[in-house]
Order: sequence, then structure tokens, then C-alpha cells
Amino acid sequence: MPSTDTGAEHGNALPILNEIRHALARLLESGETSVIDLGALPMGPQDEAELLAALGEGEVEATINAGGPSSVRETAFHGVWLLTHRNEAGETLARFIEIAFVPELLMSQAEDVADSAAELAKKIG
Amino acid sequence: MAFDGPTIAETLRRQGISRRGFLKFCATTASLMALPPSMVPAIAAALEKARRPSVIWLSFQECTGCTESLTRSHTPSIEGLILEQISLDYHHTLQAASGEAAEAAREAAMRENFGKYLLVVDGSIPLGNPGYSTIAGISNLEMLKETAAGAAAVIAVGSCAAYGGLPAALPNPTGAVPVSAIIKDKPVMNVPGCPPIPVVITGVLAHFLTFASLPELDAQGRPKVFYGESIHDRCYRRPFYDQGKFAETFDDEGARKGWCLFKLGCKGPVTYNACATTKWNQGVSFPIQSGHGCIGCSEPGFWDMGPLYKPLSMPIAPVQMMVGAAAAGGAIAGAAMAMRNRAAKKSAQAAHQKMTVDDLEKAK
Repeated sequence: MPSTDTGAEHGNALPILNEIRHALARLLESGETSVIDLGALPMGPQDEAELLAALGEGEVEATINAGGPSSVRETAFHGVWLLTHRNEAGETLARFIEIAFVPELLMSQAEDVADSAAELAKKIG
Repeated sequence: MAFDGPTIAETLRRQGISRRGFLKFCATTASLMALPPSMVPAIAAALEKARRPSVIWLSFQECTGCTESLTRSHTPSIEGLILEQISLDYHHTLQAASGEAAEAAREAAMRENFGKYLLVVDGSIPLGNPGYSTIAGISNLEMLKETAAGAAAVIAVGSCAAYGGLPAALPNPTGAVPVSAIIKDKPVMNVPGCPPIPVVITGVLAHFLTFASLPELDAQGRPKVFYGESIHDRCYRRPFYDQGKFAETFDDEGARKGWCLFKLGCKGPVTYNACATTKWNQGVSFPIQSGHGCIGCSEPGFWDMGPLYKPLSMPIAPVQMMVGAAAAGGAIAGAAMAMRNRAAKKSAQAAHQKMTVDDLEKAK
């Protein structure tokens, strides 16, 4: 498929990086987490490449298989996570940048843990 | 039929989806509905109570482009939507039944879910002569009024249902009018576009089934989350507009560098839609990114907005003609033609009376 990328830089990545900077400050100060929906922002193809290149790749990479695969990656900046949600067909549903000590979806949910506790008890009698 | 079933959250759980999977679903649904991520807890709470609503989709004077768009939605996919989240009880293109069986299904759905079903309409309604567009012998006008009577809300999908669209373009030979010109006693939400973006259509359906209400609407009845900002204000090429860097032709240096398309007729500054952020084809691109200016397809009377490639800053016609054109567009022309043809319409207006060829002959 021909690319629509004209290689031009539109400068739309910098405001997002600033938003992340403020979110990191809030996280350190009060533990407040933030989520940026990448689908809600004007981004040309070059802007996105610029943003992702600026954020880089960190130490953690995880896949969540729930209703399709979602990838969770910590960027080179600790506390800044890139989440890409896909459905079973592999189509991208949503992309978020989450600023948190750990993304919420990586944590086990209380309801699921309760179900598993009961299941395990049943299994081992 | 639909309202006694399990809640949407229960449906997902029965399919073996964990709480984590459910939260992922809520997060992507929030993004799909252009709601901020902070709304996820509210969405989760709402889906725990929501049941699959009955949806009746009526197609009038339309090209089926809106249905084509809907079936391209990948989130939720049309299969997901039909099987898990709504009970699509009537839709010309997607339903298995046809003829009498289809109409019977529609009438049964209306009876069983009276006051609670969602009515979706695409296509305009001809008032010049109701016989111009009929389904099973019933004029669009009668079917709309009859079906809207028991609807909880009406969604007018596409520019034709929202504003009259292409059929209503000058000289509006069929007297085409939008849904809002006929239905005055029910909440009507306009989801314009020619066609609307696939995920915008499913997004507004998702909003209704999550919260059992319509999202916040602007002065033209459009959901603000998708139509609240102009293409121009969210366009990634805006920095070039601000710097005065324009493409002058479609293959010059500026065009190749991706400069602003204002001089090539882009209607972005006067068009409200989600194309610049949500984009098309699962977020691949949108007209401006592909090098063509916006044609303003989600605005009223866009077919009469002047040449596609003439910049907005230049007048499109002598002032007198422009005023006449503005007055003739949309519902006003439809109502005027309707008044002229009222005598001819009398036979068709009797309760649910089917049109025959004789009626059409009499109307001449």
C-alpha cells in the first residue's frame, strides 16, 4: 500500500511529550496515574514515528491475551507505558500512553482472583 | 425479545472473558466513543446494568454507503455488535429474512419492545410524492412515523438522514427532507458524513447501549464527542497553514512535502467531524493525509457548497444566487414542495394505506 508519509515534521509530538512530563511529575508527587489516548490527537505519520522514537524502549515487554492480544511496553522512561489493544483478528482497537508505576491491566483483578481461589480449592479438594 | 436477557457484562463473562478482559473492553469502548480514559469506571458500571437493546434500521432514499461503512467497523466489529451487544431486528442488507417475513419481524420487534427500541435511519425521506420511495408498498414517510412512535430514540445516520444529503441537493426533485424535519416528538441524533466514519457509527450505538441515552449533542443534533471540533482545528497539517505553506497544485513541491491544502479547496475549516483524529480504515489515513482536501461531507448542503477545488476564501457564485441557494437547501425546499403537493398526498396519508400505481397516476 502506498505510504501517505511525506516525511514532513509537523511538530505534533512535542506537546504530547510535555504532557507526559507533567504526568510524571504528578505521579511522583501524589501517585496519580494518567492515560493519554493516542487516537484522540492529531498526528501525521511522521509525528507518531517521532513520538515513539523519542520515548524509546525500556526493560519491560508484556502481552495480555484477553479478547485478543494487547501489548504493554515500558518505554525508556520508567513509569511511561505504551499500550496497544488489539482484537482477535489482530486489528488495533486503541492505543494509550499510561503514566503509572504499573498499568492497571497488568494487575490481577480482585474478581478474577476470587474466582481462581475457588477454582483452585475445588481442584485440589 | 432483548430486554429480559443477560446484561452485556454477563454476556461477556459467559464467553469466558475475565474481569481484566472486561476492563480492556471498557477501555477500548471509551476510546471508541471518544470519551476520556477517566470514564472507564463509569462505563464498566453501566455495562454491568445494560441489556442488549432492540435496534431497527430503516433505509430510505440512500445509496447503502452508510451500511457499507458500518460493516467496515472493526471495533466493535459488526459481528460482535450483532451477536453480543445489540439485537438487530430489521436491516435490509444484513437480515436473513425478506418480504413478508422481514416486515413481520419488524412489527414484532416494535410490539415487544415498545418504547425501548432504538430506531436507526439512513437515507432521506421524499415529501414531493411519497410514492417516490416505498418499502413493501409503505411510503418512507408513513414507515418512519409509525416506527418512530415506539422508539426510545432515533439516530439519523449519514448526511442524507441528517440533512437531506445528495437527494436534497439543488433542485431537490423528490422534495427530500431529513429525519428531523418529520420526527419532532422523540430525541433525534444526527450522525452525518457521506458516509460517516465506521467507528463513529458504532461508537454512537455503543454509547446508547452503554448508557441507555444519547451523548451530548451540538446545535445540529450531532454528538459533540465526534463532531465537536472542525477538521481544521485537529488537522496535523495545521502548522503549515499557520506558516502560510500551501500546496498550489496536486503535484508541486508543496504537495509532495505535505503542505496545507487550503488553496486546493479544502473545506476543513468549516467542517466538523472526527476524520483528523479518528481517521478512516482503522486509523490508516484520511483525505487530507492522502493529499486531497476535505469536501465537507458532514455539513448540511455540502453538495451545494461550490466547486471542490475552489478555496473557501473565494466566492462561489454571485451574492444573489448564493442567497437563493442557501434558502433552497435542506428542509425548507422539502416543506415548500410538500405544501404544493398536499392534495396529491391525501390518499397516501390515510393510516398505513399502501401506495398503488393508481395513486402515483393520480398524483401527477
